[in-house]
Amino acid sequence: MSTRRVSTRLLLLIGGGLAALLASVAFAVTIGPADISTADVWAAVTAHLGLGESTLPPLRDGIVWNLRMPRTLLAAVCGAGLALCGAVMQSLLRNPLADPFVLGVSSGASTGAVTVVVLGVGGGAVSLSAGAFTGALLSFGLVLVLSHSLGGSTDRVVLSGVAVMQMFSALTSFIVLTSADADTTRAVLFWLLGSLTGAGWGDVLLGTAVLAAVLVVCLGYARTLDAFAFGEEAAAALGVRVARTRLVLLCATALLTATLVSSAGAIGFVGLVLPHATRALTGPGHARLLPVTALAGAVFLVWVDTAARTVIDPQEVPVGVVTSLIGVPAFVAVLYRGRRKA
Amino acid sequence: MTDSTTETPDVEPAATPEAGSGLRADRVSRRTDGRLIVDGISLTLRPGETVGLLGPNGSGKSTLLRLLAGILTPSAGVVTLDGRALPQVGRRATARRIATVEQHAHTQTELTVREVVALGRVPHRRAWASASAADTRAVDAALERGGLTDRAGQSWHTLSGGERQRTQIARALAQEPRELLLDEPTNHLDIQHQLDLLDLVVSLPIATVIALHDLNLAAMYCDRLLVLHEGHVVAEGAPGDVLTPSLIKRVYDVEAVVTHDPGHPVIRFLRRSPRP
Repeated sequence: MSTRRVSTRLLLLIGGGLAALLASVAFAVTIGPADISTADVWAAVTAHLGLGESTLPPLRDGIVWNLRMPRTLLAAVCGAGLALCGAVMQSLLRNPLADPFVLGVSSGASTGAVTVVVLGVGGGAVSLSAGAFTGALLSFGLVLVLSHSLGGSTDRVVLSGVAVMQMFSALTSFIVLTSADADTTRAVLFWLLGSLTGAGWGDVLLGTAVLAAVLVVCLGYARTLDAFAFGEEAAAALGVRVARTRLVLLCATALLTATLVSSAGAIGFVGLVLPHATRALTGPGHARLLPVTALAGAVFLVWVDTAARTVIDPQEVPVGVVTSLIGVPAFVAVLYRGRRKA
Repeated sequence: MTDSTTETPDVEPAATPEAGSGLRADRVSRRTDGRLIVDGISLTLRPGETVGLLGPNGSGKSTLLRLLAGILTPSAGVVTLDGRALPQVGRRATARRIATVEQHAHTQTELTVREVVALGRVPHRRAWASASAADTRAVDAALERGGLTDRAGQSWHTLSGGERQRTQIARALAQEPRELLLDEPTNHLDIQHQLDLLDLVVSLPIATVIALHDLNLAAMYCDRLLVLHEGHVVAEGAPGDVLTPSLIKRVYDVEAVVTHDPGHPVIRFLRRSPRP
């Protein structure tokens, strides 16, 4: 097991993952009610990047550039970000069932979103995304304060997350059931379940920027995360500044999760299942696990979203419903495997 | 962020002789929930010696080891490494000098023996850098020392208790420490593995503090003993001087007969009630 061979294997995995992601995006954009070929996609993309003249009629160009392209890319960004956050959370909290939503970020986002949409807080000047983002940060702050006052250990973080999540979920249900009309409820429900409908370039660019920053931070902490395998005290004995590491990584992943949830809702199970699937491929070392799981999450969600918007055409299924339909059996498999080591 | 440009101020200037070298606790205390767990203990660890830490459960052995490792900070007093207080030395630099083996290591992560041992290189590696030749050499040497070379690829979860402890000791050796702290490493091991493990520990050219329950093992393997009772040191010195029937009665509240084998004392405990 020489260093060089491991690095080559990692480069192969990342190269393969990037190629798969490019191919998936290119292919996913061609799928849909309007008949669009890969050549059309290529023409539209090069034209908008200023590399050529578009030969497409404006309508078709619009479908590619303004509808399918941002949606597919946002799927990739969300998949990558959620899988990355899940992998970091599982190692940091030493809990194989942790996911990006374990800190209550998604339920806080939901409450924020319904506060804006249903109660009309902000008088229309505040978007659903902004409301969701504010709610997410509020709930994460609450989890931090609560877990810190309970002693700060990782099991306290998980318990605080669960408590805050329950509270905000109840609050969301309360607001929706008491104040929303049927149409608003439907719109909110769709978003709550996780949906990439209405993705725009703004979401894509913001998501990509935050994802890139958080990925760099997490990769910088890859060796440190390895040291958490035998617990926080063992990590401290290996020279890790545990409290600082925990705070940096919790804040980084919460920020990324909040950004993604505010554009696409709480897409469940990607962050729980993808890291486990990837670990089987890369082993537990985070320098390999983190980049590969991000790529795997991106490819996975591009395909799941394509399925979500085409399978029962012309109706659309929220992508979160599809990920959960796939995710629940995988979740059970994780529990089943974990039984051996309990 | 590159590995070559920045070296954290870990490399300490040569310590002055009067500041003392090696690991040293100076009247350290640790208070938890208003109770003194460790009360004013001093210890100077000499190069290469094996110091046994004795005392009943709750006497403060584990807490003292954590204080020595810098995992806990003392409520009073100071732990120094080559004359500098541990917080000044820094966590990473401390972990390159002092390695710790816990009583019971547990993980849910699917790791091989080699991966566990390689964790010992964490304090030596910078972020972003891949394993260096020195890392690989240290891991190979530690596996060899622990007799685990042919098990390197095996899953941690398939190991027996004794093999797990040997793996943890190999991980500690991969840190290339000059001080090694072990918290009851022979717990839950059968007698053969207890002796194997202690033989391994005392064969290392590393200053070691080892918490032990078994007085006879302590007498056989340690150069010096420190006996704790309710957070205080009640006796300190060579096993033959420390392990007397009166001390055993005082600390453990049991009757014992101590005989002297060549080299070390042998303790025989007596029944509370006469045989019927």
